Amino acid sequence: MTAPPPAARSAEPPVVIDDVVKHYGEVAAVDHVTIEVRQGELFGFIGPDGAGKTTLFRILTTLLLPDAGSARVLGLDVVSGIWSLRRQIGYMPGRFSLYPDLSVRENLDFFASVFGTTIAREYDQIAPIYSQLEPFNDRRAAALSGGMKQKLALCCALVHRPRILFLDEPTTGVDAVSRREFWELLARMRTSGLTIVVSTPYMDEANRCDRVALMQSGRILATDAPAAVAASFDRTLLAVRSGDRYRTLLALRGYPHTHLVYPFGDALHLADDRVGVDAAHAATDAAAFLRDKGFADARVEATPPTIEDVFIARMSVVEPTEAAA
Amino acid sequence: MTAPADGAAIRTNGLTRTFGRFTAVDHITFDVRPGEVFGFLGANGAGKTTAIRMLTGLLTPSSGEAWVAGHDVYRESEAIKRDIGYMSQRFSLYDDLTVRENIQLYGGIYDLSRDQIRDRTERILSRLGLSHTAHDAVGALPLGWKQKLAFSVALLHEPRIVFLDEPTSGVDPITRRQFWELIYEAAHAGTTVLVTTHYMDEAEYCDRISIMVSGRIAAIGSPSELKRDSEASSIDEVFVRLVRPELAGRGGSAA
Repeated sequence: MTAPPPAARSAEPPVVIDDVVKHYGEVAAVDHVTIEVRQGELFGFIGPDGAGKTTLFRILTTLLLPDAGSARVLGLDVVSGIWSLRRQIGYMPGRFSLYPDLSVRENLDFFASVFGTTIAREYDQIAPIYSQLEPFNDRRAAALSGGMKQKLALCCALVHRPRILFLDEPTTGVDAVSRREFWELLARMRTSGLTIVVSTPYMDEANRCDRVALMQSGRILATDAPAAVAASFDRTLLAVRSGDRYRTLLALRGYPHTHLVYPFGDALHLADDRVGVDAAHAATDAAAFLRDKGFADARVEATPPTIEDVFIARMSVVEPTEAAA
Repeated sequence: MTAPADGAAIRTNGLTRTFGRFTAVDHITFDVRPGEVFGFLGANGAGKTTAIRMLTGLLTPSSGEAWVAGHDVYRESEAIKRDIGYMSQRFSLYDDLTVRENIQLYGGIYDLSRDQIRDRTERILSRLGLSHTAHDAVGALPLGWKQKLAFSVALLHEPRIVFLDEPTSGVDPITRRQFWELIYEAAHAGTTVLVTTHYMDEAEYCDRISIMVSGRIAAIGSPSELKRDSEASSIDEVFVRLVRPELAGRGGSAA
């Protein structure tokens, strides 16, 4: 029996990031990040522009060297295992990176040939997505709609049968409907056992992932299943609705029990600063305060925290000056 | 129909733009009231950008009528440009100029006096808390600050209407909300705001919204009216039902 290839250490999770640091000049783009992604997981890095998501993805895909710390993907070190790793990972960069003057078919042919394969040989792998593109085989990539460009880029990242897929902000700038379609596509791909690592600035997409890491200013604010991250919100959260949202917001800034207050969907979210206060009690107090200030129509009720509430709360701790402004 | 006598900030009537055989904007008719925060939503390719280019005097309509700040889009596009502000995620400020230089440059372009430029520069720097970085290149600022500065610069000449094209794209959740407070402030001071966004929660922050589908306005009203009319719990759901009915009710409301 021959020895298994070095990539086949099945006990090790497919992504192991250990205290990775990357600076650009003075700025720590990735600041001591430690995370593991499990086999077959749909894992999301959630954070705004400048959080360090793209830098981390570029390190994991062997395109950038870390300054310190180490990262292993599929059991291979991202620095020493670079050539073996590049054949086994799929990467879809944030910026559209296909050849705009080549047709759909030519782009896909090109990426297949780079990995020494053909569309025909890999057809079953890409068919679920490619079948939607085939009617436009001869169209130049530049002339595709945003949603179609994404699907082509995903096909090109899949055509060599990678064991893990890195998708950097695949839904940024895409309308809400195309985003929903794209996530449904990822959910279907996940059922085949492929490990998928994805990043997004849209907090509401976190619920589509098995686990998420919230990222801000190069640091990880939280890592867990989306429901567990949301449940980690440690204050009583109230939803306040009134006719004049802006003036209500200004008034609540002066409420003695305000920990944080901010617009959220069709309401204002108010985090009470009294740790452990009963929600009904907190709602009654806030409603009484608003009535005194002349907001007779204000309605206050307890509301379950979301990932975005947690993100805002954790950010406020990490960067108090920015949050207080 | 003639120019709006009731002072509508924007009025369109059957506004249409074709490119060859393709109709990008197909007979849209709507009003935006003064001081209103109006959300202009739609899928990619629905015609929003074409409509905004007509309303900002950059593109001549194929047919129909429109007035912006009381000016006819066919004959008075220069007057429109003086009365509106514009910012987008893609282009707004010059990265190699300092914060102060950017403000001064736009003040000059809009023909403000030296005194006006000085006063308004100080007002912006103090409102945004940027006084200590006034001499830093804009390119070195975090995205969120850049966007807040770009918005203030778009208001520098005190326009009656400001057009914001995806102003908060990629911005963190706290800075996004600070940006919306600037929008509310401007609206309370009487400026009309027309804003596009892919964040469906931001649609809820608008007084009224329209949703474009294939060049037409498929729905218009306050967020609560639209939710009531289509029996949806969120604007995201309203949006999906209008744009892609076959997707509605599938996969929850996560995206």
